[in-house]
Amino acid sequence: MIAPAVEALARDLAGLAEAEERFRDELTLLIAGGRLLDVLARAREAGFAVLTDLTAVDRLPAEPRFEVVYLVTNYMTPGRLRLKVRVEAGDPVLPSATPVYPGANWLEREVFDMFGIRFGGHPDLKRILMPDDWEGYPLRKDYALVEEPVEFIGHTPKVPSAIIPRTPRTPPTPPR
Amino acid sequence: MSALTRETIVLNMGPHHPSTHGVLRLMLELEGEVILRAEPVIGYLHTGFEKEMETRTYHQNIVFPPRIEYLATMIEEHAYVLAVEKLLGVRAPERAEVIRVILAELSRIASHLVWLGTSAIDVNVTSMLMYCFNDRERVMDIFEMVSGQRMMHGYMRVGGLQWDVPAEFTERVRGFVEDLPGRLDEYERLLTDNLIWRGRTEGIGVLSYDDVLRYGCTGPIGRGSGVNYDVRKAFPYGGYETYDFDVPLGSRGDTFDRYTVRMEEMRQARRIILQALGRLRDGPIMVDDRKVALPPRAELVRSMEAVIHQFKLVSEGFHPEAGEVYSAVESPRGEKGYYLVSDGSNHPIRARVRAPSFNNLQALPVMIFRNMVSDVVVAIASIDIILGDVDR
Repeated sequence: MIAPAVEALARDLAGLAEAEERFRDELTLLIAGGRLLDVLARAREAGFAVLTDLTAVDRLPAEPRFEVVYLVTNYMTPGRLRLKVRVEAGDPVLPSATPVYPGANWLEREVFDMFGIRFGGHPDLKRILMPDDWEGYPLRKDYALVEEPVEFIGHTPKVPSAIIPRTPRTPPTPPR
Repeated sequence: MSALTRETIVLNMGPHHPSTHGVLRLMLELEGEVILRAEPVIGYLHTGFEKEMETRTYHQNIVFPPRIEYLATMIEEHAYVLAVEKLLGVRAPERAEVIRVILAELSRIASHLVWLGTSAIDVNVTSMLMYCFNDRERVMDIFEMVSGQRMMHGYMRVGGLQWDVPAEFTERVRGFVEDLPGRLDEYERLLTDNLIWRGRTEGIGVLSYDDVLRYGCTGPIGRGSGVNYDVRKAFPYGGYETYDFDVPLGSRGDTFDRYTVRMEEMRQARRIILQALGRLRDGPIMVDDRKVALPPRAELVRSMEAVIHQFKLVSEGFHPEAGEVYSAVESPRGEKGYYLVSDGSNHPIRARVRAPSFNNLQALPVMIFRNMVSDVVVAIASIDIILGDVDR
């Protein structure tokens, strides 16, 4: 069951959201980038005082490619709401959430570091986990994961997914 | 230069420094010995777990959680398998849930004991470390007895447990938790009224109630500042809603309050374990769903169906529905969450680890503002930082 506090906030934000998803008792609102700060500020006012998580998903080859995901939590009347913003691959930029939730500072730096999504108005947007001079954004889908080459004869570096390859969902088998 | 000119120096601390509990680097701007500004520099232990998890099946990924956060290993596995179970929409049978709760709470005690020993050694109470590790060793022995491994267990499975616990499990756990209060009283006699301990912890590393919310700090850091948030109470998981336990809170938000909160949490963990031991009834330890759990060995020689299921699960793994879930547990360091995104294939397309240490460390510069350099060591210890968790 979705918590009443979350339902109330979702109703309040209904005019600002583009779509709503419900999956496994979790509510996700799809927000346009331009309305993000407004929505976050209203969530915070409604008692969702904590930004628990901020991350991104690379949906390559889908368009728009990136989804930036905000998870806000209400401690007083427990409830969580996920807010999602889609970002184009060409020039991925969003307004920074730091004015509303100062804790977004490092989380946004991590998203920048791993996905190359920039946050306008961020106080100190630079790499956080990777070295400052690193090239590329490791969590992007087109950033290949390879085994480090070693100098053994006959060793072919392979990626772990070559061991059990990705398989799409099989259609449900008809009952006998 | 005139004596009245304000002069600051920048001091680099770490990354290789014993008191940073790993590889944390701090850039401190000092005026004399007073900290004006601090900037944590992290990433030295970045291993790319999230990227690795995208390339493996859900089942293979069980090996990563205890390696991300290596002090509360059972809680980490619990967090991950619960997230996958939520994604699949299955729930482990009752006996498996009870055993998981016992192991998770033992893990919490073990982790807090390491914290107690290492923070005490940071303020020069060197004997504490030996006492605490001695007790922790008993938990490690129980884990080894149950899973075969002291730390990187891989004991929890999506939908249950790898195998059932041995017959002497109950007795060994009961033996440990019965000795625990006496040991904790002894440690508190050593520390609580110790003038040096109080002097080094009281009023040090203060974090206000509002700052806890602002920076998203959780766990004993948040509760030490009076924020009444425990994932086990707010968003119960794995049967925690049926256990009776209290959430200790501090009021001043200093290092001493975090110490009292953690000591009380160990006692509450013991309460939960005793209740759980009373509920341990015989029963299955894996779900019955053949699309998720391997069929029992005995079935393989009789049923073709079982062989096919076994083959499918081993060679491909299961395929959860397309969708996304966030599932969190209360780790000794705070809210540990897994955000899994599925596109219907046998690998997650995104596995995000919401690390409590990451958010808690972000508040360190606030905690140590205008404190002394020697207090930085105490403040870092009070966060109970795990760099593997921060850098992932």
